[in-house]
Amino acid sequence: MNFFTHFGRYILMLKGMLSKPENTKLYWKELMHQCVEIGIGSLGIVSIISIFMGAVSALQTAYQITNPLISKVIIPQIIRDTVILEFAPTLICVVLAGVVGSKIASELGNMRVSEQIDALEIMGINTKTYLVLPKIVAAIITIPMLVILAMVLGIYGGRMTVAASGIISTNTYDRGLMEQFLPYNVFFAMMKAYTFAFIISSIPAYYGYYVKGGSLEIGKSSTTSVVVSCIVVLIADYILAALLL
Amino acid sequence: MIEFKNITKKFGDKVVLDDVSHLMQTGKTNLIIGTSGSGKTVLQKCLVGLFEPDEGVIVYDGKDFTHMNEDERKLLRQQIGMLFQGSALFDSMTVEDNVKFPLDMFTKDSNAAKLKIVNEVLERVNLVGSNKKFPSEISGGMKKRVGIARAIVLNPKFLFCDEPNSGLDPQTSMLIDKLIYDITNEFKMTTIINTHDMNSVMEIGDNILYLKDGKKEWTGNSKDIIFSDNKNLNDFIFASEFLQDAKQLRMMEAAKKA
Repeated sequence: MNFFTHFGRYILMLKGMLSKPENTKLYWKELMHQCVEIGIGSLGIVSIISIFMGAVSALQTAYQITNPLISKVIIPQIIRDTVILEFAPTLICVVLAGVVGSKIASELGNMRVSEQIDALEIMGINTKTYLVLPKIVAAIITIPMLVILAMVLGIYGGRMTVAASGIISTNTYDRGLMEQFLPYNVFFAMMKAYTFAFIISSIPAYYGYYVKGGSLEIGKSSTTSVVVSCIVVLIADYILAALLL
Repeated sequence: MIEFKNITKKFGDKVVLDDVSHLMQTGKTNLIIGTSGSGKTVLQKCLVGLFEPDEGVIVYDGKDFTHMNEDERKLLRQQIGMLFQGSALFDSMTVEDNVKFPLDMFTKDSNAAKLKIVNEVLERVNLVGSNKKFPSEISGGMKKRVGIARAIVLNPKFLFCDEPNSGLDPQTSMLIDKLIYDITNEFKMTTIINTHDMNSVMEIGDNILYLKDGKKEWTGNSKDIIFSDNKNLNDFIFASEFLQDAKQLRMMEAAKKA
């Protein structure tokens, strides 16, 4: 199947999910369930990665600044900007493409293969609206929140590291953070977060929803969905940077 | 009543259903039989709209299903119940929640009223006390019965069963057959069953459509089968020597009575 066939079916899936819910209460329940699965379920991995991301950035930035003429106050600024602009939105979303994306693809794939999606269709339920839409909306709600958390924890991880290794004092770090701060960077990061959230939920949903075969195919579609999501995230990252910076 | 005329379905160059027409009667167990790959499941999926036929018309109680829009189909589907070959129960839900799901989705009854209906239906399929079990904790036969309970909980007018006996022992198969037969008569449903189980054919076959290589080969009921001289049908139904002997015996008994 070529790229255009996949893309056409993907667009049709997105169009198909925009219909009136059969029962708003059940759809709301499903949305909340997905928010918990995607948001709360990813808190642990996002926290760990973010703290270490900030910590490693701090050490590597300090390692590269050897010129005594350059003020060490620049270290927190570099950490802040790299974390906000790139690490928190992009790295976290690439990780979430693996964590959340594979879960979405395998869950829908398993439902397809075991005829659960057919069973819902026979009942008169629009399965795209009931199964796919809540996952995408939940990702768009929770992933930007996770990205904000990653920013805070990343910067805090850097702060802990510079203090523990004696590179600069926490006061200097805090002062550096405040200097030359551009709020637009946060806006840009949030634009990226919303875009990536849509990508890493809708692409795996597509691969899971249309899977054919058995358990082997579910595994394959899950892997493909993660690979494609990551590539599309990186392409979108470049396009957004070129357009918005 | 479901009538389909000239149904043709192709996958690529392969013709899976070739100009099949038949009338599925109300209040009767209508069987679609045939060897594996004969097009039974494809025909049933065309009837419920999971596949679109390339040609032909499907009519539910005088309404043309083939040309309905999505909203009209959704409304009609609320009158359809279906038991899938693998039961297709929702893994993450208990037996009770599985059966209650269509009620949650399509009715505005109180939870107590829904639970009352669920318990009545579970009692009807002999599954009292299994409410809180998950699909992974129950046997294949029980899964089929939960599937039947979920299919009939909204009192559908049309019940579709895709190989309800597959993977079950003969005794449980007969129980499932009897259950489907009784429910069909009790609720005056139009029931369509895909099967290649000979017990089912002989026990509950009110109206049988035999498919061979995607074509309609023979129609009749379980009594007609004994006296049919259709070679393909006889080869399919009475495949073993034991079954051929059984057929001879039945024919002799009928001749004596005559």
